[in-house]
This record gives sequence, structure tokens and C-alpha cells, in this order.
Amino acid sequence: MVNWIWLFFIVASVIVAAVTGKMDAVTQAAFEGAKSGVTVSFGLISIMVFWLGMMRIAEDAGLLQTLAKMLGPLVRKLFPDVPRNHPAIGYIMSNLSANLFGLGNAATPMGIKAMQELQKLNPNPETATPAMCTLLALNTSSITIIPTTLIAIRMNYGSANPAEIIGTTLAATFVATSAAILADRWYRRKSPPPMAPPASKSTSMKASPQGVGGESVV
Amino acid sequence: MSPLYSVFTSLSAWMIPAIIVFIPLYAALRRKVPVYETFVEGAKDGFGTAINIIPHLVGMMVAISMFRSSGALELMLSAVRPLFDWAGIPSEVLPLGILRPLTGAGSLAFTTDLIQTFGPDSMIGRIASTIQGSTDTTLYVLTVYFGAVGIRKSRYALKVGLFSDLVGFFAAILICLYIFG
Repeated sequence: MVNWIWLFFIVASVIVAAVTGKMDAVTQAAFEGAKSGVTVSFGLISIMVFWLGMMRIAEDAGLLQTLAKMLGPLVRKLFPDVPRNHPAIGYIMSNLSANLFGLGNAATPMGIKAMQELQKLNPNPETATPAMCTLLALNTSSITIIPTTLIAIRMNYGSANPAEIIGTTLAATFVATSAAILADRWYRRKSPPPMAPPASKSTSMKASPQGVGGESVV
Repeated sequence: MSPLYSVFTSLSAWMIPAIIVFIPLYAALRRKVPVYETFVEGAKDGFGTAINIIPHLVGMMVAISMFRSSGALELMLSAVRPLFDWAGIPSEVLPLGILRPLTGAGSLAFTTDLIQTFGPDSMIGRIASTIQGSTDTTLYVLTVYFGAVGIRKSRYALKVGLFSDLVGFFAAILICLYIFG
């Protein structure tokens, strides 16, 4: 599906630009987009390095396991195929709590780390597992208690009650997240888990293809 | 300003410093973890992971940027606009429905613009704030999370994400029309 959306964006852009005579703008936009892709990735370096360092301390201190135990039952329900004591659970928990409290720049590194841990359980490293899809679904519908950025913007433009959108945001995010979980459940039941390539039982724990995040845990 | 709001804002101001102090302190005192060395060891992974994301993000942002600037997005919207007018939904918020899953910065800019034009306490301002706050940038999250671990086949993940965006978009509109209407 990603392939088709991507292709559609590019082809539609050029066709429309040809009709409206905006070809120059589109060419420029392509390179601007490439530039901002790099800029955003570079912006990620600092927060990734910082939070992954912090999280390694938390992991070594056993804090992630504690977190995983506290909210374990809920996560086990959402991620039935992740073993109970796997480090992925701890990272999933910290990713979800960072989202919940609106710590956007901490949520991304933790989510990526959780993905890397889930990848270690993946028999077929190029295909997403159901657990990965569930984690993604939860993140795309991001449960946020306090939309801090929006409140700040509303304050900036002289709102009489900048925080009045907390309630509506919470309600909408609840509906969106429920929809995501339900859709995820539905697809999960419909499609069988990806087949492991034959005779991969013993090698399935090998590091991810990039060689990052494949380190042993504790 | 509601007292609840000041509780929330001071809570979020304290959250990060509290986490940053608590984790190393607990690790050092209770578990005898060599905190600095452990930090550096874990932090090493961050650079490579961020670099791995570059090709994914560049590919996606090129396509989105072209789509917006060519006027293709506007064309797509004008097809749906009459439906919104018919349902009594302010069609000014319509572009957000498409921008929100595609680009976080783009939809935030658009929301800010709506708030500036119509006022934060107008119905449009409230709906836009709610939409912006209630979902995340699906395409970005998918690109970054799957890109970082080298997943090429995302299976049904994108469908689930876009479906929940759609549900969230209409939920935000209906909830706002109901609460503030």
C-alpha cells in the first residue's frame, strides 16, 4: 500500500503541475522535501542518542521490567505473541507512557527501541509482525492527555480558555485509538502470522540487518 | 484559566527533569549500575538508527512536498468539499483531514493559520485544535518506526493507521459540534 500511495503522490503531482503550469514549483518542492527529510533525521540524532542512553540505564537498573510488570496485563492482552519477560514489553510500556504524557521527543526513541526488540522476535525481518503493527497502530493514534503545543498556540492567539480543548481532544483520541485497536484486532485475526523461513528456529535471534540495536540484553 | 490546566502544565514541565534525575539516581544507588558508562553504551545506538531513517524520510517527504505544491492536494479537496457543506461541517477544516496523517509540521502550520484567521475560540479554531491534538502523523510514524528496523512489508499497518485517522477526524468534528455547538 505504501508503494501505491507514494507512486500516486508523485504521478498525480506531475500531472496536475503539467495542467496548472506549476512544474517549476514542483521541481523545487521535490528538493525541498528531500532537504527536510534529512533535516528531520538529523534532528532525530540528538534525541535518539540522549534517550537511548537514558533508557539503557533504566534497562540495566531493572526499571523497565518494573514498568512492564505494573501495566503488564493490559500489554499482554494487546501483544499476546510477545513473551512475558521479553525486554520489548518494557520499551513498549515506556513508549506508550511517553505518548500519554505528551513527551513527544522521548516517545519516538522508545518506540524505535521497542521496534528493534520486536524485530529480534521476527522470523522474517523484512515483514512486519502483528505485534509491530499493533505498536504502530497505538502510536499513529497517539493517546495524549495534554496537547501542550496546541494549548500554547491557542494561548498565543488570545484564547479566553486555551485548555478547553483538553476534553474534546481526549474524547477524540479515545475514539481514534479504539478504532485503531479494533481494526488491528480484525486484521490480526484475518491474516495469519508471517511464516518463518524453513529451518530458521535456531538463527531467528540474529541481529537486525543494519547491525544496530542487535546487542544482547543485560 | 482553570486550576486543572495549571496542574497539567506544571506537571509536564516537571516530568522530563524528574525522569532524567530519577533513572540514573535509582540505578546508581539501588542497583550499582555504572551510570555514565551505561549511558554512553546505550547512546551509541542512537546515531546509527537516526541515519538509517534518512532514506525513508527523504523518499516520503519528497512525495508529500510535491503533492502539496503541485495543487494536487487542493484538487482532491475540492472534490470532497460539497459533501462537507451538505453535512453542515465547516469545510475550512477539511484540508486537515488529509494533511494530518501526512505531515506533522504541515498540519500544525495549517492549524495555526486557521486559529489565527478565525480565532482560537471559534468553532473552526476549536475543531482544528482538537483534530491536530488527537492523532499523530501516521505516515511519519510508519516511515520512522519501520524504517529504523528495516521492515519493507508493512502489511496492514498503514490501513489501520489511516482508518483510525479518519475515525479520529470525524470524531473530533462531531464531538466539537456537540460540546461547543
